[in-house]
Amino acid sequence: MKSLAELKAIRDRMKGQVDVREENSDATRIVVGMATCGIAAGARPVLSAFSTAVQERTLENVAVVQTGCIGLCQYEPIVEVYKANGEKTTYVKVKPEMVDEIIDQHIIKGNVVTKYTIEASKLG
Amino acid sequence: MMTEISLNILDVAQNSVRAEASLIEISVCGDTKKDLLTVTIKDDGCGMSEEQVKNVTDPFFTTRTTRKIGLGIPFFKQSAEITGGSFEIKSELGKGTVTKAVYVLSSIDRMPVGDMSQTIHSLVTMNTHIDFVYTYEVDEKSFTLDTRELKEILGSSDFQNPEVSGFIMDFLRENHGEVSPLAQ
Repeated sequence: MKSLAELKAIRDRMKGQVDVREENSDATRIVVGMATCGIAAGARPVLSAFSTAVQERTLENVAVVQTGCIGLCQYEPIVEVYKANGEKTTYVKVKPEMVDEIIDQHIIKGNVVTKYTIEASKLG
Repeated sequence: MMTEISLNILDVAQNSVRAEASLIEISVCGDTKKDLLTVTIKDDGCGMSEEQVKNVTDPFFTTRTTRKIGLGIPFFKQSAEITGGSFEIKSELGKGTVTKAVYVLSSIDRMPVGDMSQTIHSLVTMNTHIDFVYTYEVDEKSFTLDTRELKEILGSSDFQNPEVSGFIMDFLRENHGEVSPLAQ
């Protein structure tokens, strides 16, 4: 049975690290809809994938948060990205496989992955 | 419609989060002799009035003002009742809410328990201001994750730290596996 002992070692390693994950106004926010509609459509693995991707790349100033129903249940799982400049992008029918591309292209390089957005979905 | 019991649990626990609970207790308890699986979600949030409790299993009732339906509780209730099990919800304004679903383990209509590790991990890491006590039990074996203990050891609630987050996931996965994969 795994115990909490390992956590003490992690705590000791964490000491001295400066906590840079304080939320502030110039942060990028990745918001995943986690209401009944989102969860039923598969939002849980998507939320997990975003958290993991952000942690693995140790991205500073990027917060992954959850929200309730956005009101477009047929497009769930929905992920909204708010950049610090106020720009908002809505990704729809998001799958865990899309997460790395969204992180690398949009969050890191600043290029919206247009093919996954709600605008592209409406046209298609 | 949810495809796993663990997704129902995640959904219903979000109600406790919205009810501004400071402590949410979740237990998943399998008893192979009695052939039952009992899921309990208890919170100390704002609770509901008698009227709300009466109506909460009705899909056409919601306290939201944006839409006129709410499916979380009806889905949870249905998932238990179709197995021949039962469902109850008790709540008191200002005190909190207890939701309990009992499944017949061997029923062909029982959904798989699903990925409880991911459900608990996302609840714990996304709501660090709330304390969670999660117990998973099958017959005589069990394990508990109490975030108050984690916070005490860490001296903080930084569950988003990659190492801490990874540890919580490993802890859940490993201990679920050791208790018993049977109810999955």
